[in-house]
Amino acid sequence: MRNSLIAAWSIVLKDMKAYYLKPPNISWGLLFPLVWTGMFFVKTGREAGDIAGVLPGMVALSVLFGTTSMLAVTVTFERKAKAFERLLLFPVPLGVLVLAKTSGAIVFGMVNTLVPFAIALYLADLSMVSWGVVVPAVMLVAVVSTFLGLFVAVSVSEVFEAQTFSNFFRFPMIFLCGLFFPVQDLPSYLQPVSMILPLTYGVDLLHGAINGSAMFSPAFDVVMLLFFITLLFSLSLRSVHRRWIY
Amino acid sequence: MFDAGNECIQVEVLTKSFGRVKAVDGVSFSVSHGEVFGFLGPNGAGKTTTINMLTGLARPDSGRIVIDGVDCSSRPKAAQHLMGVVPDESNLYPELTGFENLCFCGALYSMKSAPRKARAGELLGLFGLSEAADRRFAEYSKGMKRRLVIAAALMHSPGILFLDEPTAGIDVESARGIRGMLEELQRNGTTIFLTTHHIEEAERLCDRVAFIVEGRLRRLDSLENLLRPVRGHEVMVLDLGMSATPGQDELERRFPGYRFSYSSPSLLTVTSPRPIPVAPLAGYLSSLGIEVFEARRKQLSLDDVFVRVTGIGAHLMKSGKPGRGHA
Repeated sequence: MRNSLIAAWSIVLKDMKAYYLKPPNISWGLLFPLVWTGMFFVKTGREAGDIAGVLPGMVALSVLFGTTSMLAVTVTFERKAKAFERLLLFPVPLGVLVLAKTSGAIVFGMVNTLVPFAIALYLADLSMVSWGVVVPAVMLVAVVSTFLGLFVAVSVSEVFEAQTFSNFFRFPMIFLCGLFFPVQDLPSYLQPVSMILPLTYGVDLLHGAINGSAMFSPAFDVVMLLFFITLLFSLSLRSVHRRWIY
Repeated sequence: MFDAGNECIQVEVLTKSFGRVKAVDGVSFSVSHGEVFGFLGPNGAGKTTTINMLTGLARPDSGRIVIDGVDCSSRPKAAQHLMGVVPDESNLYPELTGFENLCFCGALYSMKSAPRKARAGELLGLFGLSEAADRRFAEYSKGMKRRLVIAAALMHSPGILFLDEPTAGIDVESARGIRGMLEELQRNGTTIFLTTHHIEEAERLCDRVAFIVEGRLRRLDSLENLLRPVRGHEVMVLDLGMSATPGQDELERRFPGYRFSYSSPSLLTVTSPRPIPVAPLAGYLSSLGIEVFEARRKQLSLDDVFVRVTGIGAHLMKSGKPGRGHA
């Protein structure tokens, strides 16, 4: 256990230095949420209710794009460069290795949400927000988005394939998961699709904590998120085991 | 010197296919503690697939691998603790310095902070990389990268070292340095499994050698036994330019005890267990109107043994035969 922790921590530190703390990634991680958040908040106006209405969507969007984009680099690119193969040569359990590789992306995704929260705090009174729920909700959204990105990253061979394949999930989820349009307002034939997308439950949890307009109970959202987290991680691990240890 | 019979690596009837191609086909061998074992074959022969199965990067379709008493099928990670691996590519992390790369590898072998820093410094010194310790791996030359990759494999002082083409693609000086380091490791009792298509390298370093072609072992023996049939034989290569060449039968009738062959249309190779004087040969050829432009004496080597056993020209080993996917 202790050995696994040393190994995992070393991988996280290595990825931080090699990827996450690189100036292009820092600026991208700040600029992307800044532009989107600024655009939506300008359009929404300065009313606290309006801002609280779009904030869950902005937070989810920042996490989703931040995590999935990074996984394409830290996993797919490293595999292409045979650097991931080198990791498989070490006596570190595969699950620990994959968790370590994804931890950086989870933290990166969570840090990205500081931008929309900072802007929203500056523009509006967010005293009604349940921060005790928001923080774990952001973490769960970051984990589920990261594992979605991982699932994509381990299913393809090229970085551009990972980015393209990610978009098949990312863009529909913007419209189908209640980020900016309530799921209940979607056409009835699209609502079942929303229910099988993990972000729906993360965004719902955020809506409940930020503006009180959740569809489901927080417990149900958490259970569904944990289900998707387990499913995506298991599928990704199976894919690595079958395709990379050939 | 290695301890014959005290097996460190045991491989039994190992098989691996990619689609319809059998990359490794029923390969069995064992390597003793402290032995340097050479695995020779052209590109695509199954060397890398075999080493990948031994190091846990690939799963055999069938067969058994035991590393120092640990069954790789049931406890692959335990087996990985016992070995250091030098892959065929220098795939350390370009953003990290040489020192950081070694410390990173040490951490993944469960080494604590102080011992891994001390070991990294020691290895950087041993491999002549102390001055480059704080430079990013991306800035290293090919030879330096290769040395650092070997150093990384030695961080946890493993008893077994797997090297896949350790000197491929690097300059002569670096290759010589790496061979020297491997000799030093051998003296210290490290078991070395070496795949290479540089036959001279295997001849210099290995105790035993296996020839693999198209996934099958063609011959496995000690270097001494492999070289015995060709030791003491003298070889003379005569360059006849573009002139007409006499037939081999005619030459062998005229010079009994000599064997004649053409390695190219103008290069006549003469082999004999006795010394070969040049003058009678040159005189006879001259009487046929054939001029000898150059005569070179040559010692038969593992190259020639490989050609005899496998039927593959040594030039194909050096230039590389077309590969077969993963193999």
